[in-house]
Amino acid sequence: MSQELVLNAHNLKQHYQVKQGLFKPDATVKAVDGVSFTLEKGKTLAVVGESGCGKSTLGRMLTMIETPTDGQLNFRGEDLLTLSKEQQKELRQKIQIIFQNPYGSLNPRKKIGAILEEPLVINTKLSKAERKAKALEMMAKVGLKPEHYDRYPHMFSGGQRQRIAIARGLMLDPEVIVADEPVSALDVSVQAQVLNLMMDLQQEFGLSYVFISHDLSVVEHIADEVMVMYLGKVVEHGTCEEVFTNPKHPYTQALLSSTPQLSRDKRRQRIKLKGELPSPLNPPSGCAFHGRCQYANDRCRSETPVLRSTNNGHLIACHAVEESRLDSLAGAA
Amino acid sequence: MSLLKLENLSVTFGNFRAVDQISYSVNEGEVLGIVGESGSGKSVSSLSLMGLIDYPGKVSADQLTFMDQDLLSMPEAQRRKITGSDIAMIFQDPMTSLNPCFTVGYQIIEALKTHQGGTKKELKHRAIELLTLVGIPAPESRLSAYPHQLSGGMSQRVMIAIAIACNPKLLIADEPTTALDVTIQAQIIDLLIDLQKEKQMGLVLITHDLALVAEVAHRVIVMYAGQIVESGPASEVFSAPKHPYTQALLASLPESAAGRARLQALPGVVPGQYDRPKGCLLSPRCPYVTDHCRNVEPTSQGSLERQVKCHTPLNTQGRPAA
Repeated sequence: MSQELVLNAHNLKQHYQVKQGLFKPDATVKAVDGVSFTLEKGKTLAVVGESGCGKSTLGRMLTMIETPTDGQLNFRGEDLLTLSKEQQKELRQKIQIIFQNPYGSLNPRKKIGAILEEPLVINTKLSKAERKAKALEMMAKVGLKPEHYDRYPHMFSGGQRQRIAIARGLMLDPEVIVADEPVSALDVSVQAQVLNLMMDLQQEFGLSYVFISHDLSVVEHIADEVMVMYLGKVVEHGTCEEVFTNPKHPYTQALLSSTPQLSRDKRRQRIKLKGELPSPLNPPSGCAFHGRCQYANDRCRSETPVLRSTNNGHLIACHAVEESRLDSLAGAA
Repeated sequence: MSLLKLENLSVTFGNFRAVDQISYSVNEGEVLGIVGESGSGKSVSSLSLMGLIDYPGKVSADQLTFMDQDLLSMPEAQRRKITGSDIAMIFQDPMTSLNPCFTVGYQIIEALKTHQGGTKKELKHRAIELLTLVGIPAPESRLSAYPHQLSGGMSQRVMIAIAIACNPKLLIADEPTTALDVTIQAQIIDLLIDLQKEKQMGLVLITHDLALVAEVAHRVIVMYAGQIVESGPASEVFSAPKHPYTQALLASLPESAAGRARLQALPGVVPGQYDRPKGCLLSPRCPYVTDHCRNVEPTSQGSLERQVKCHTPLNTQGRPAA
């Protein structure tokens, strides 16, 4: 196989215990419930879904900020969850994260130089001069000027802050970057600058991205593979082209049709979804989407669908697709 | 008929002009989209229409009329009667624009009581009607719910219910769906457009989402650093932009790029208070800039229907007319 496998997750779960009150039993929130994927070197996997679907929790597990309650996570064949503390610390350097809000993720009391050098101070034995050289080099790579080294975060615009956050993520030469909504706080013209930067860096360093976003037009542009999540579960997973040109799951179809399009010929027939994302404290039985799905039947209400592969490796978790109820209904309507 | 007309409206905070001499009008039954990046003055201009600019902000205009009544010279009490009933506004963040200390019912009835009056029973009945209209299930029981018990989409529906409570003739929606998920955004926009059609309201939709405006607006205004740089029918502005900024904004959208090519980013950022350039405000970022642009501020040219504020507006091929 020519492709190098970098990250490999199998059946990852994150369940939280939530106190309901003194006399009530604790409830379980299944924030992420059985997510599996593989990520190859230099590729971008996009995770999309609405707020509360567990995409950020997934990102936090991949970077080992949170330990999954169940499942396996392999980085280049090594199981990240069974390693010792020291080994984990080593490997953690290889998976870095960029957070959504560049106004909140940079320490306002530290200068840019100190922010960029902190990972080096903690994880390496480089001298002060070496650290500074490395920080300056990285600043040049992300399009910051050397005089920015002694400035504080409040002196920068949103786009520049996000560049700083990206530079910080790259300081330890990681192989995987988890980008949690990296451009959603930015204006479109600045968003384009940051996306270009991310694509350039990916080429230069051979980075793999896990790109978490709710903005489908951004995802369509940057991703190789797309994973659509709904209430903690993956409902559809396929190549970017396949998911965008030929979405199978009713939720993906609705999501795509709800996204406004600039050009008239790209607009899809709007599928109106009723209601909202159900509460994860009290998830619906069977398929989590059945309450909002126009194709739902009794089987959907009682039996949870599993991810099934179609002929070309496109994964879908839907009874209606499996029974090809979708086409017949759409044809009749 | 034109509902709202403003001419050379400016909002200044000390020396800073947040809104710089903008002119436009809104007609009955029309959806007007105002787009621009953050800091372009789109929210401040709409707040000034509602009389919500406080000291030290100052609003001045050659003309600011609503249904031929001058809003600037009329007494405060009279203006208060118009804003909130004939002109209503929906704000960006539904979770924080409702008062967390009062129930949803109380807040809807408050608007009704202030502007229309009626018995307690009538008011409650009307509140239930409004909640049904905006598509909230089980409206009777929702009246006694507090804002924290509602989701973002539901809160925005309540905000819309309050805004349309007095049958406004003009509704200003300031980023009504920015805080919401796409599927909920689609629901809320459909609701707004349905209501707008049904009641023949004028709707001013302020947003940074160009695609959204392209889908629903009849006319569109593009703002940059407090000024209107281009305006015209939505289809024309998006298919054949005349201002370099509009062109660049459209080109920077991911969906405009072919395949995985680099996006055409506009370098730099919107100028702030202290770095406003001398001539055209876009000149430091504009790809077609000339010396003339750097020194002389352009004036708006073209008809009222299709305005562009540029020395060398682009022709249909997207190049500056020589």
